[in-house]
Formats: sequence, structure tokens, C-alpha cells
Amino acid sequence: MNGMTNHAASPGLWALAWRRLRADRIAMVALAVVGLFLLMLVLSASGVIAADWEYEVAVNYAPPTFVGANPALAALAQPQRPTPPNAFDPLAEELEALKREVGRTHAPVAKAETLPFGADKWGHDILKKTIKGGETSIVVGLVAAFVAVALGTLFGAISGFYGGIVDDVFNWFYSIFTSIPSILMILTVAAVLQQKGVTTIVLILGLTGWTGPYRLIRAEYIKHKAREYVMAADAIGASSWRKMFSHIFPNVSHVALVQVSILVVGFIKAEVILSFLGFGVPVGTVSWGSMLNEAQNELILGKWWQLAAAASAMALLVTAFSLFTDALRDALDPKLK
Amino acid sequence: MAAYILRRLWQMLPTMAGVIVLVFVLFNWVGGDPAYLLAGKMADEAAIANIRAQLGIDQPLWVQLGIFLKQILTFDFGNAWSTGEPVSHIIASRLGPSLTVLVPLTLLETFFGIALALAIAFVRGSLTDRAVMVACTVGMSISILVYIIVFQYVFAYQWGLFPVQGWGNSLGENLLRYALLPIIIGLAVSIAPTLRLYRSFVLDEVNQDYVRTARAKGLGERRIVWVHVLRNAAIPIITHVMANLPALLIGAFLLERFFGIPGIGREVILAVERSDFPVIKAITVYVAAATMVFNLLADVLYQAVDPRVQLK
Repeated sequence: MNGMTNHAASPGLWALAWRRLRADRIAMVALAVVGLFLLMLVLSASGVIAADWEYEVAVNYAPPTFVGANPALAALAQPQRPTPPNAFDPLAEELEALKREVGRTHAPVAKAETLPFGADKWGHDILKKTIKGGETSIVVGLVAAFVAVALGTLFGAISGFYGGIVDDVFNWFYSIFTSIPSILMILTVAAVLQQKGVTTIVLILGLTGWTGPYRLIRAEYIKHKAREYVMAADAIGASSWRKMFSHIFPNVSHVALVQVSILVVGFIKAEVILSFLGFGVPVGTVSWGSMLNEAQNELILGKWWQLAAAASAMALLVTAFSLFTDALRDALDPKLK
Repeated sequence: MAAYILRRLWQMLPTMAGVIVLVFVLFNWVGGDPAYLLAGKMADEAAIANIRAQLGIDQPLWVQLGIFLKQILTFDFGNAWSTGEPVSHIIASRLGPSLTVLVPLTLLETFFGIALALAIAFVRGSLTDRAVMVACTVGMSISILVYIIVFQYVFAYQWGLFPVQGWGNSLGENLLRYALLPIIIGLAVSIAPTLRLYRSFVLDEVNQDYVRTARAKGLGERRIVWVHVLRNAAIPIITHVMANLPALLIGAFLLERFFGIPGIGREVILAVERSDFPVIKAITVYVAAATMVFNLLADVLYQAVDPRVQLK
């Protein structure tokens, strides 16, 4: 009995995976970048940064500082002088009252001629807007990926564990969902739901994206349900539910984790396209997709900075996330290459 | 062979029935009453009742499902709600422009994907290999929107090499004039994921015994890769190409929208914008059917490529 305590605890799957990840320099850099984006997300969601992105702090289309101010816009930078009163305006008194009201809360300020990364059509700071847009896009990607993987895991666990007719029914569902291309499925559901909102996109993506995780998790459950530790659990009278989720799930959770990170990347891209088309975030919410939508018209006017900001923020995050996902998959499952 | 195909077609029926029920439930149950949508803002009771009678949605659900089934089988979905154009005519006339872009795109993508993957497999593990793979990851992480916006702006708007958008009447004009830039953009977007995937297929083969045998008997590396390895890597490649074709029909919707190509993808976007349910329903059902048929075609093609595959 005493000898047992002298055994060094052998490192578990997660400790081993972490050790492999640590050795991978690209993975660590990617993880740091993803971590920075998540930190930015938390700060922005809690209102510490970018809460004031909707203030019109600069002249319309103020160029980035490194480009230099646009002399044509200099006149706009002055505080706007009130227009002379119109003697024939029947609403003059009401307008006067409104102006006084606005003047109390928003003192006329000089607008900046340049900003670190320029301004959009309304003079919003592009940097803050990109951060706020990133918040929307990343939250949608993360939550939708968790919904999809949770659904896929639940279906896959039930299907793989019980087998038989239950498995047939779920496989039938799977074949239905996979015979409709995912983008068509997403657009169809968007057409039916008829309402915009962050929750709607999360639901659309989550409810249509469960097929990939389902297939993998089901295969894992089929493999695991015949293992000895499950039979042991059976022998001590564990319920099916308990066997599925407290005994087997910890042993297949790495598959679910890799699926989450694969789906996050796909869903961020999908959200950007949906919002670009106008089926995504509602008016008044900014996301990388709605920024690209505005940027499309701005580019023809030669205002490239909003496009550059949204595109490079997204490319940076998605590259880092994909590299990290690859490394995570290799670290968690060394057999799979 | 014929028996195999028949059996596969028979097995498709439950899936197809599921797709039909899914679409039916989405549009007739989740989607709410389209009569309010169609009647407009100044609707009275009579007008709404009239529209409901025309659409058949005052009938019990199983009768409506029967109507839907009949529509699918007769290819007659009635008229589009927004334009009044027959839905069957919409699908028939939008297929051509879509294929004008998609067929050359798929051929070129497959060709370049295979050629580059085989070339990369030559130098696997080298610095070039890793640099190309990192470049692919970066290329894949840039949104397709950015590719389209920038390419359209630079090549078409600023340099005037291509028309900014538009579509002509003859195949030659469309293919050589209007479809060129969309095809180039489609290639630029798809080559990175395709190359990564095909490289993994090729790498699965290059360490096999038959490759060593071929080297041992003195075959040139070029012949080994292009004849021996390619034939063995062809099966997953065929699966990939065939499985992607129907999805691409819809997936090219961004290209079609930006370049004003009157294709299926653009029609889906327009239909979603206008809540034109008959068009979406018809396209969804037929694309699902096409997906299943193409999966079957892929299985049949396996046997042509690999005589060891027995279709039973």
C-alpha cells in the first residue's frame, strides 16, 4: 500500500498537450494574439475601451495621421457655427429650444482633422469602431461555435451510445442537414426568421453547424462505449446519462475542443458575410461585416482606411486562431496529422 | 452497376423526404403567415383571406404538404412573389450564367490544386513547403469579401482591365469578357484551402510501398508523382470536387452579386431580401437533390479511377 504513494503521478492528456503546445513557438505566438483579441473583447464589452466609438470626434472621412490632414476638410474641423435664424421658420422656437437642450449636454467641440487610423463617414474613430466591431464578430463566432458543438456533442453522444434505432434517426437527420449546402441552409433560415439581431445569427449558425462535431463525437462514443472503464461504470450501476457525460465525455472532450476552435473561425467568417449582405447584425450595431459593407463604397472615393482596418484585424485574428487550432489538434491527438 | 445505382437512388428517398419536410416545416410553420407579407400594409380581412386561399394555406397542414410535393414533382412552383416570373423559368434561366463561371473555375481550381500539391509534395518538409503552407493559412483568413472588393476596385475600376460588372448575351462574350475577373477571384480565394487539402491527400500516398517500388525500378520522379501517386490520390480529390459542386452553385453568390451575374446564387440572395419564399424553397430542394446525385456520381467515378473499388 505504501508503494502506491511513491508513484509519480503520470501527466494527464491535458498536461501532455500543454507541454507539446509550449514547445511549439508558432502556436504560442498565435495563442498570444488570440489572447490579446479576447482581452480586447472583454475590455470593450465591459465598456473600458471603445465605449465612446459612436461620438463624432473627427471630420467626415478624416484621414489617418500618417497620411496627413486633408486641406479640403479643414473648414469642417472648426466648431460648427449656428446657422443664422430664419425669420420665416414656423418651427424656429422649437428648434431654438432643441438647440439649447443639445448645447447643454454636447458642447460644440473642435473636430480632429486626422485620427491615428482615420475616421468613417460620420467621423467615428476607425480604431474604436474596429474594436467594437470585433467584439460583435468574435462574440457571435464564440457563442455560435459553443452552441453548435454542444448540440453536436449531445446528438453524437446519444446516437453513438445507444446505437440501433436512435442512431438511425440521428443519422437520418445528419444526412438531411448535410445534403443542403451550409450557406444555403443559413440563408434559408435567415429568410424564414425575418428578424435581425445578434441572437438570431448565433441561432442560425449554431443550429446549422452541428453536423461536423456530431459525426466525430458519435464515432468517439461508439469506440468508447465498449471500453473497460465504461463496463466498470456499468457494473457499479451508473445510469446511461452518467456514463455518457461523466465517464465518457471527459475522454472525448479534446475532440469537442478542437471542433469549437475550428468552428469559431468558420463562424466569424460567416458572420462577416451575413452582416455584409444585411442579414446579420441590426442597424446601429457595428461588426466587421457591416464595416466592410460601408468600406465597399468608401473605396471608390479613395477612403481605404476602414477597409484596411476591418480586413487586417479580421485576417490577423483568423490567421492566429487557425494556426493555434492546427497546433492544438496536433498536440491533443499526435496520431492525427 | 445498374443494380447498385438503383439501390442508391432508393436509399436517397428517406433523405429527400426529410429535406422536403424540413423545408416545409421551416416555411409553413416557423416562417409565419406569408399572407400578411404579400397583402402589404393596407390589407383588409377579405384580401388576406383571398391570398391565403390562393396559396392554399387555409388548408390543413397535410394538404399543404401534398401541394408542396406536387410542386416539386411537377417542377411547377407557381410564380415568384416579388416579380411574378415563373419559378421554373427563374431556375432554368439562372443556371447558365452560374455554370459559365463555375465550370471553368472548378476545372482550373482542380488542375492548379493538383499541380501545386504534387509540386509541393516533391519538397515536403522544406522551407518552401512550410512557407507555402503559412501563406495558405494567411490567404484563407482574409475574407472573400476583401478579395472581391479589392480585386474589383484595382483590376476593373482603376486599371480598367475588366468590366466592373455586367453580363452579355452570348456565351463567348460572357466567358471571355465578363466571367474572367470573377473566375480569377474565385481561383485566388479557393486555391489556398484546395492546395492544403490536396497536399494532405498526396502526402498520404508518397510514403506508400508502391512509391518505393517505383523508385527502385528506376522510374523518374516526375512519372512516379504524375502517374502513380496521382492515380491513388484521385479518390479523395474526386470526392472533394463532386461534393463541392452543388455547394459552389450557391457559394458563388458573392461573386455573382458583386459582378451583376444573373446566376442562381444571386437569385437566392435577392429572394432572401424580398422574402420570396417559392424561389428559396425550390432552389433549396433541388440543390439538396443535386448534392445527393453528385455524391452518387462520385461513387460511380471511383470505380473508373480505381478498379479495386467494387460497387455492391
